[in-house]
Amino acid sequence: MAQRIDVKDVNIYYGDFLAVEGVTMTIDPRSVTAFIGPSGCGKSTFLRTLNRMHEVIPGARVDGSVELEGVDLYGDDVDPVAVRRTVGMVFQRPNPFPTMSIRDNVLAGVKLNNRRISKSDADDLVESSLRGANLWNEVKDRLDRPGSGLSGGQQQRLCIARAIAVKPQVLLMDEPCSALDPISTLAIEDLIQELKKEYTIVIVTHNMQQAARVSDRTAFFNIAGTGKPGRLIEMNDTATIFSSPAEKATEDYVSGRFG
Amino acid sequence: MTTTDSPPAVPAPAPARPRRRRSTGDTERGFSRTFRWITTGAGALILATLAAVALFLVARAFPAVTASPTELADAVPRYPDDTSFIAYVGPLVFGTLLAAVLALLLATPVAMGIALFISHYAPRRLAQVLGYLVDLLAAIPSVVYGLWGIAVLAPAAAPVWGWLNDYLGWFPLFAGEASPTARTLATVAVVLAVMILPIITAVSREVFLQTPRLHEEAALALGATRWEMVRTAVLPFGRSGVISAAMLGLGRALGETMAVLMILSPGFLYSFKVFQAAQHQTIAAYIALDFPEASGLAVNALIATGLALFVITLAVNMAARAVVARRKDFSGAN
Repeated sequence: MAQRIDVKDVNIYYGDFLAVEGVTMTIDPRSVTAFIGPSGCGKSTFLRTLNRMHEVIPGARVDGSVELEGVDLYGDDVDPVAVRRTVGMVFQRPNPFPTMSIRDNVLAGVKLNNRRISKSDADDLVESSLRGANLWNEVKDRLDRPGSGLSGGQQQRLCIARAIAVKPQVLLMDEPCSALDPISTLAIEDLIQELKKEYTIVIVTHNMQQAARVSDRTAFFNIAGTGKPGRLIEMNDTATIFSSPAEKATEDYVSGRFG
Repeated sequence: MTTTDSPPAVPAPAPARPRRRRSTGDTERGFSRTFRWITTGAGALILATLAAVALFLVARAFPAVTASPTELADAVPRYPDDTSFIAYVGPLVFGTLLAAVLALLLATPVAMGIALFISHYAPRRLAQVLGYLVDLLAAIPSVVYGLWGIAVLAPAAAPVWGWLNDYLGWFPLFAGEASPTARTLATVAVVLAVMILPIITAVSREVFLQTPRLHEEAALALGATRWEMVRTAVLPFGRSGVISAAMLGLGRALGETMAVLMILSPGFLYSFKVFQAAQHQTIAAYIALDFPEASGLAVNALIATGLALFVITLAVNMAARAVVARRKDFSGAN
């Protein structure tokens, strides 16, 4: 279920503007990799290149290669739609489809492309996905109610259920807890620990304690100044990054002495 | 200290105050108060206008509705002999609804297509130009649409209507005898569709553009193609807006006078034969056509048909609201 990602010399552009420069990294399967760094350093932008969501913004493009188990996601014959089915994504703000019920939200990705699914299979998938997102017990009696009626934390777990219902290899999370209260954050963090048994997880976070709690490896991104491209400063085991980083900038950032 | 003996901490009932309509408190001072009166006045003005129109229609229609068929037959030129008032208004209501509904059926899919193209498919510059062009359609006076209908559309459409009539004549709408001049309800419906296209397009476009980026990206991140993204995120979000847009268009089609008057060869039948001449008439065109020569009870009869139109548009709008409200929980507004 989980696959490894190899990124080589990736440059990311918005039109002519170079937003992220020269990123090379390896992301291990069945692990949690955290991206940390100050605002605007390109960590979310880089995350979005891992499932080709970057290019939905007009003028945005990517150089270099991103390989998933040896297959370049940016190869000529690769369909971005297929990439996004393999590499799922959870966004900063919970975004269940407001016009759909909880059940339909979970099935949304599965029903794309007019794929037919029998009712019993659909029921099973809804239950397993919601269980996988630790949400089943809270919503099993109201699957036909709108997803937007849930609390923020529940909505975010619904989005995770929706993302894992299509059985991706990799799950990208773009600051999944930044709009949530501490209790809901804890629920999501516990869930991440469960999910990493089956998926490769990449999470962007502004919260360094969170990175320290949930991730196995941490990548620190930084930016030299406004208008300059963001860069990957260093990447290592999370314990190393937070205790004895190789770079001065990393140490300043993780110890709160930044800027 | 224990609290078991003490009475429950219920706040003492507030001293009775003179009841006010709204507790405005300290925030309402100076211009704020004035502004409240201005807005209240504006709201009341709408109600007053509507009430005045309704009152006028009911009061002036009353004599015609209560008159006997013989009186009406004497006074009103086109009144069929020995029939009730309902039988007189009925075909007009039917013709009005048929023309408007056909126009709506033709215009809504096209308008949604244009709106989606502008909002989600076209390159930005083309989208802007196209938006202006569609808005320009709305600026054309209806009398010009009427002329265009007679001079251009009707001759061009006649062979098409004839062909449909020949080969698909089993379909009730296409039955009958196709008119060679094509000054029929089918041509009217097409002209009306063009006339209501801009309003439906403009409103739908605005609604589609307001689809939250977050929902579109949610769909894309699940592996949706562009069309699937539109289907799962944009269309459900825009549903109530498109219904409102269609109702605005329907309202315009129901009330359109000049273009219908100029194009349609009128008749007073309950007929679905949209290619045949002298079958239908709409209320608005009928009033415009007969009013200059009407007097006495005939004027009341015309106003009564106007009342029927008023009731239809009211009912259409209420139905639209009911449709929109039925799925309120799922609208995304919560």
